[in-house]
Amino acid sequence: MAIEIEQPSSVELSKVAVSETHGENSPYFAGWKAYDEDPYHESNNPSGVIQMGLAENQVSFDLLEEYSEQHSEAFTWGKGAPGFRENALFQDYHGLQSFREAMASFMEQIRGGRAKFDPDRVVLTAGATAANELLTFILADPGDALLVPTPYYPGFDRDLRWRTGVKIVPIHCDSSNNFQITPQALEAAYKEAEAMNKKVRGVLITNPSNPLGATIQRSVLEEILDFVTHKNIHLVSDEIYSGSAFSSSEFISIEEILESRKYKNSERVHIVYSLSKDLGLPGFRVGTIYSYNDKVVTTARRMSSFTLISSQTQHLLASMLSNKKFTENYIKTNRERLRKRYEMIIQGLKNAGIECLKGNAGLFCWMNLSPLLEEQTREGELALWDSMLHEVKLNISPGSSCHCSEPGWFRVCFANMSEQTLEIALKRIHDFMQQRERQRKPISSQ
Amino acid sequence: MKLLSRKATCNSHGQDSSYFLGWQEYEKNPYDEVKNPKGIIQMGLAENQLSFDLLESWLAKNPDAAGFKKDGQSIFRELALFQDYHGLPAFKQALVDFMSEIRGNKVTFDPSNLVLTAGATSANETLVFCLAEPGEAFLLPTPYYPGFDRDLKWRTGVEIVPIHCTSSNGFQITETTLEEAYQLAQKRNLKVKGVLVTNPSNPLGTTMSRTELNLLVNFISAKNIHLISDEIYSGTVFSSPGFISIMEILKERSFEDTEVWNRVHIVYSLSKDLGLPGFRVGAIYSNDDMVVAAATKMSSFGLVSSQTQYLLSAMLSDKKFTKNYISENQKRLKQRHKKLVSGLEKAGISCLKSNAGLFCWVDMRHLLSSNTFEAEIELWKKIVYDVKLNISPGSSCHCTEPGWFRVCFANMSEETLKLSMQRLKAFVDSTTKTSQTNHQSIENSRRKSLPKWVFRLSFDDRETVHGER
Repeated sequence: MAIEIEQPSSVELSKVAVSETHGENSPYFAGWKAYDEDPYHESNNPSGVIQMGLAENQVSFDLLEEYSEQHSEAFTWGKGAPGFRENALFQDYHGLQSFREAMASFMEQIRGGRAKFDPDRVVLTAGATAANELLTFILADPGDALLVPTPYYPGFDRDLRWRTGVKIVPIHCDSSNNFQITPQALEAAYKEAEAMNKKVRGVLITNPSNPLGATIQRSVLEEILDFVTHKNIHLVSDEIYSGSAFSSSEFISIEEILESRKYKNSERVHIVYSLSKDLGLPGFRVGTIYSYNDKVVTTARRMSSFTLISSQTQHLLASMLSNKKFTENYIKTNRERLRKRYEMIIQGLKNAGIECLKGNAGLFCWMNLSPLLEEQTREGELALWDSMLHEVKLNISPGSSCHCSEPGWFRVCFANMSEQTLEIALKRIHDFMQQRERQRKPISSQ
Repeated sequence: MKLLSRKATCNSHGQDSSYFLGWQEYEKNPYDEVKNPKGIIQMGLAENQLSFDLLESWLAKNPDAAGFKKDGQSIFRELALFQDYHGLPAFKQALVDFMSEIRGNKVTFDPSNLVLTAGATSANETLVFCLAEPGEAFLLPTPYYPGFDRDLKWRTGVEIVPIHCTSSNGFQITETTLEEAYQLAQKRNLKVKGVLVTNPSNPLGTTMSRTELNLLVNFISAKNIHLISDEIYSGTVFSSPGFISIMEILKERSFEDTEVWNRVHIVYSLSKDLGLPGFRVGAIYSNDDMVVAAATKMSSFGLVSSQTQYLLSAMLSDKKFTKNYISENQKRLKQRHKKLVSGLEKAGISCLKSNAGLFCWVDMRHLLSSNTFEAEIELWKKIVYDVKLNISPGSSCHCTEPGWFRVCFANMSEETLKLSMQRLKAFVDSTTKTSQTNHQSIENSRRKSLPKWVFRLSFDDRETVHGER
């Protein structure tokens, strides 16, 4: 057989495979590249790029490590590994009963006992990424639309749209009212979808919000629920940051609103959760869908076959999360540490003359650099972002990657580094701002 | 009412009640050596339970791997944060080495062409998403794993067109049957994007011959389509003619640097060879950079837990362990297989000559009251209710010939297997002795009490619950 010269493949891959909808060519990912090429390191590379674009929670690992020291059996199936066999064979898409119960109870604890979750409504998925995509497959057909308030987590462009063929229509929020969702904005988004001939299947909110770092107020949740009920559509509440609210009482879950309405019309509501942020375990791929709709629960369970959680991991976390002493202490301590970090960064930014949106949750703050823009446009924002990345050596996330309608806002993470590193980042910002100030006033008046 | 998507509401295509009955009966009355010796023996579950002791002893000797320690130091933090969809480099290296070892090191794999997924279920679906549009088709030889109806079609919108294989030649693929399937697709106005084969085959338990593999390469080359080779059972080959990987054939024919090279993709998993279905470890291997790139991004929707990647990278990097495991596991499967075959023989039942897998493809055509699928289901029900064995009817695997059943042998103890064969023999003996009339009237009334759709050939999603393969 003659050796043929390599030709570009003439058998096409699917449109999904070649499309750009995975979104990885956006600035959001380009910043990663710059970081990867020149990562900051305290001793090895002190002038490298500091990663502030990664919403990871690294402030409470010591608590997890302490737990693992004291409870090695959760990791090793006990001496002689008696439970290993059963665990290794377990691939039931219902998930480990003990783990579902532990998740439900953990979610209740995070909500200060103000909410009740039924373990039989918990569907397990390999991360919230999978949970959000799965729900979209179930709630919408290709070509339909989901309404999502801006600014939103850039990953949604991939998670909700890529393989599902569903569209995102933005619910525009702006700084005039602290980016809160209004009934007018909801209605406008709905009309926009209609004008594009897209059938709206639901609203997806993230509460606490990424990238705003703020919880949604009770009155707004009520309005959103009224809106979806009136339009007869679904509501997905991604509560992945619920455990990162600095004060338990400030986070109000959609579950509480439903409970106050005696669960009337609740079959349109679905909650997404994960342990990636609150517990800082993104590598373990632990996500859940909690749905008040029986058919959604059943279908989601079947679909979860494509994205089951490793039974080894379920076993470990069932043990950890059913240890009430551990979880209570963890939740409390974690909140406190995040709050302290938040205050540190806010103060540091303030000293540099930078304002942020008032936040009360999450692993990041929403910073306003619009006064620094050469022009109040997306290009102006990206130019500033480029300076921050290449001159100040900080990778932060530009608001445009989050589809923010107002240029100049940036998401800055504070929980994925040590306090020392945060200090250095703040110093760099401070110096940058001072330098800018000096440049604006050529005749020094300082 | 808030409507759900078409995908959500159409999933009832997966419901096959006759199949569901088997599982239901088993769960109501599961066999237990001590507590329920008269219960139903589960022989419909393709699990490998023969070599756990080898894994357990490795774990006992290497506690650090599960304990998040590396060289005595805790790497908890590192692992907990690791969510890179490129996968743990050490794990990918160990996995490709393992895959190579299974193939007698006749082929090597590049870890950068490997994409990790949460199980082969996810790998197969992801590949189809990458290779085909909704409405396009893949050709699959029958009989095939019932789960493919869900895995390849459900969310992708892609169709399966069968390549009808028959017992006339041991269910092997031929040039004719390949071409017929292709024509059938054309007639149905379906654009064929590729062929998907399982090698070794589920449910046949046979490895594909060199002839078949070459036929496939010729076919996909001529038609300009893809080939997915699901080699999930590659480590379970226990006797000759031995396992020939599609990659070997391509190498032999010097296909590297050709278009065809880029159109062949392998799926693998540790669920069968290592008996770890719960850990959700699957992989896609492709020589096409674009497929690798797209599949890698898609794997975000089903990554392997870093905790599991670390444990298995330690285990599979232990070459002394893997060498011993592979050979010992094969030895045990061979012994078990022999026990099942001889047990069946004693009952006057033959099966397809096989050299791999965790099951046998059993010929019970001579026990059918008629050469129909209704008779097959009739017989199946007798075996479930009367003989108390849950086995898989060929119709659920889309077999074109009634009377074939898949019977698993690696998911139970030797004693239990022995007992199942005794029961079967007793059943066959009694059937041939007593008159047919008695049975016939009972079965007739049973058949009348079940709705027609019970006899439809389709997959039961209940299988999914137990991850049946």
